[in-house]
Amino acid sequence: MKAIKIVTRAIIYPVIASILLWTCQSLLVPKYQVGIMEGAMMHEYYDSDMPHEVLFVGDCEVYENISTVKLYQEYGISSYIRGSAQQLVWQSYYILEDTLRYETPKVVVFNVLALKYAEPQHESYNRMTLDGLRWSPSKWHAIEESMTEKESMLDYVFPILRYHDRWKDLKPSDYEFWFHQNTNTFNGYYMRVDSLPERNFPPARPLNDPNLGRVPMSWLEKMYELCKENGIELVLMKAPTQYPYWYPQWDRQVMEFASSHGLDYFNYIHERDQIGLDMTVDTYDGGLHLNLSGAEKMATYIGAYLDSTYDLTDYRLDPEVSAKWDEVIAAYNELAAAQYAELEEYGELRSWGINAMEE
Amino acid sequence: MLFVSKEFVAFIAAVIAIYYICPKKFRWYVLLAASLFFYTMDDVRNLIYLAVTGVTSWGLCLILEHITSDASKSIKKIKDKEKKKEFKARVQRNKRIFMLLAVLIDLGILGFTKYADFVVSNVTALFSHRMRVTDVFVPLGISFYTFKTVSYVLDVYRGTSKAEKNFFKLVLFVTYFPQAVQGPISRWNNLSATLFEGKNAGLKPFASGLIRIFWGYFKKVVIADRLVVPVMALTHDHASYQGAYVFVAILMYAMELYCDFTGGIDITIGISECLGIKVEENFILPYFSKNIKEYWNRWHITMGSWFTDYIFYPLSVSPRMLKLSKWSRSKLGNAFGKRVTVYISCFLVWLATGVWHGAAWNFIVWGLLNFVVIMISQELEPLYKKFHGRFHLKDKAWYGAFEMLRTFFLMGMIRMLDCYRNVPVTFKSLGSMFTSWHMKVFTDGSLLEIGLDLKEYILIGICAVVLFLVSLYRYRTGRELREKISGSPDLTFACCLVLLMITIVFGAYGKGYNTSQFIYNQF
Amino acid sequence: MEEIRAILNELHDDVDYDTCTTLIDDRILDSFDIVTLVAEIDDKLDVRIPPEQMIPENFNSLKAIAALVERLENEI
Repeated sequence: MKAIKIVTRAIIYPVIASILLWTCQSLLVPKYQVGIMEGAMMHEYYDSDMPHEVLFVGDCEVYENISTVKLYQEYGISSYIRGSAQQLVWQSYYILEDTLRYETPKVVVFNVLALKYAEPQHESYNRMTLDGLRWSPSKWHAIEESMTEKESMLDYVFPILRYHDRWKDLKPSDYEFWFHQNTNTFNGYYMRVDSLPERNFPPARPLNDPNLGRVPMSWLEKMYELCKENGIELVLMKAPTQYPYWYPQWDRQVMEFASSHGLDYFNYIHERDQIGLDMTVDTYDGGLHLNLSGAEKMATYIGAYLDSTYDLTDYRLDPEVSAKWDEVIAAYNELAAAQYAELEEYGELRSWGINAMEE
Repeated sequence: MLFVSKEFVAFIAAVIAIYYICPKKFRWYVLLAASLFFYTMDDVRNLIYLAVTGVTSWGLCLILEHITSDASKSIKKIKDKEKKKEFKARVQRNKRIFMLLAVLIDLGILGFTKYADFVVSNVTALFSHRMRVTDVFVPLGISFYTFKTVSYVLDVYRGTSKAEKNFFKLVLFVTYFPQAVQGPISRWNNLSATLFEGKNAGLKPFASGLIRIFWGYFKKVVIADRLVVPVMALTHDHASYQGAYVFVAILMYAMELYCDFTGGIDITIGISECLGIKVEENFILPYFSKNIKEYWNRWHITMGSWFTDYIFYPLSVSPRMLKLSKWSRSKLGNAFGKRVTVYISCFLVWLATGVWHGAAWNFIVWGLLNFVVIMISQELEPLYKKFHGRFHLKDKAWYGAFEMLRTFFLMGMIRMLDCYRNVPVTFKSLGSMFTSWHMKVFTDGSLLEIGLDLKEYILIGICAVVLFLVSLYRYRTGRELREKISGSPDLTFACCLVLLMITIVFGAYGKGYNTSQFIYNQF
Repeated sequence: MEEIRAILNELHDDVDYDTCTTLIDDRILDSFDIVTLVAEIDDKLDVRIPPEQMIPENFNSLKAIAALVERLENEI
């Protein structure tokens, strides 16, 4: 009788403690549901219950610049963008590794801008990229590679230790999205419909070292190996946006890497005309990122290449998958309509982006 | 390893687990290893100092004991009374030499590491050329372990303790890691009674110890560490923060120091309770004291009793003092003359207490102010008695509360010396409370500029109420609340979990905050 | 015994020294009182109480103090 009591307590106590601490933690961690949404992207992938034959990995130059919906609508390509703000090369590598635990895409498209970073840049970007990943050896390694000086693994394992101080500035959205978060992207694509013409960027600063770092290039090499092992075609791209600068020296090195490894590499900056981009209307923030019309043009252009080069399934013909895509399309159209309506009314977006941030 | 660090939390968990896995006979070896590890993690050099202190006091105490037992054998053979007396005196002289040797070595190390710079810089300043002795390594918690060791030597010398033959047991007494950073200053007889036995704590004491650890962390991490910021702001920029701000600083520092110090002691005693080891209490509701003497019986008790037992008593009853007492009574009258020698001893004790706290003038002035207040209240006692008797104040609750508040603020003001760390600045600031008090400080939002926002004030306020209620329970019932809670495993669990969650969420740790060193670390 | 009682009465006249056995534990006598008491005993009874004997057990009651004095008197 006494033994049973002890055993029951030994089970119930940790369970209660875990539930309460988890509940606390869920309230205190940032949710990225209003204003800045980049931190919520990474875990949305796990909710997408359809096959993805094309996977985009990289930073904002993928998740804001390519409309996955358009890719599907025009070519029947089912794709997903696993990108996040300033996603570093090794983070992309481990995210690819993480993806392989669930499915093996046929094509992986990697955006090369992140090759410029040889070191982790900022804790908050790390957090936005890594917190949303499910636990796996890949996540562990990604964290180990990414931590800046004052970060610690314990804070990633128990995020409450890092975010506990938010008790002072909890916002209504923290309670609203305590236990449930919305899906805000469309297979990883982050939509903006407003537009702000491309401005003149300051002249490029001369490079101290014309070479891309050894570290990021070695991660690219690893990514290549990983794709090879899994029979995945790796494609390298540079988004058509001009800032941050993509130096000709870097371009040459990536080109050399691509040709020596037998990969395709596209620098879309040079193909703006073919894509049909009009940077007075196709960008929402002065040329840093594309808006919906720009991203759809990009999708049309890149889709043509993917469709003609690889043996991809036309999922429009698959009733099960197309039903799921229809849901995505409906939400996509709904959000686009809502954003256009707001744009019409106020001349700017108020419920999305920086204007929507709570205080 | 700071008490407030993830490493230390993991360390205690590991030590407690390994302790109970081991057979009882070997458990104290676990503690010894853990303690040496603790000192090594801080700095390997600690071990050298500990070794010197440990070996000398171990060896010299064995010699002391040998002399005593030898003497008690030979004295039986001496029949002549005069010769007996003479022999006894000779033995006493011998013993004193070895005792003094041990004490001087221990205190010499303490003196050199902590006071060399202070002495040299002040002495050379007299000759208008100030020199500094810097870069002296100060071993971790040297004031605490030195005092523990000295009390052991003196107890063996006095014959109240038996010398320990096992060197490693003595080392464990000296280095017992939960006490390393800030005491309590245990006595050999008290601590050794349970330190080496390796007994199981028992479920209820274990539960009580566990609650006490969590409670200690709550006090340190949630309250003390959060108050560090405003207290620093108020005292660093003392020129801008005068008048009412000083009052706020007194309140905040009183709470910070209390939570930091008693929280640390709670962790220390809590760990010990979990290990089935009894450690002396160091604080018993200090802020409920009605006068300063009572305060010093309730605050940092082991330090006060150390000074009483090893300095105040021997000094006051030394032949020289007794002679002086006779003389002063004949010259100054019986009543006052009787007190003169007490005051002289008291003065010296408080001078020593001040010096022990730190090598700086502010601590010395702090010690002497304590002496002055004690002396004044002693002199006024007959007057108070008359006053109390006349108005029957002693049985009135409000008067008791008034006395407590009076003592609280008086001690709070004196305490500001170790906060400002500068004697003139302290007096000027305290004085400004009476000359430039501005009520608007409390209403115009000025208090939100010193490092706490409104939510943090509310948090601190709630914590203060909780602390007060828990203390009040102890005051009313004479029992700690946790003794009641620890009777039930479910309540214990609930209590620990709530404290843990509060500490994790509301603790002042992580970015923007430095885990503040124990205020008593350097002592 | 009576001399000691007289000294104690001089210190605190509101205590019943025949029954009280917690003079120290209840802080009726503080360290100042103890020191004064020891000095008085030295003066009036010519018995020197060494510091190691100044422990609570020896001072908790009038009886204990008297016993202590007697013990020290007979020691030599």
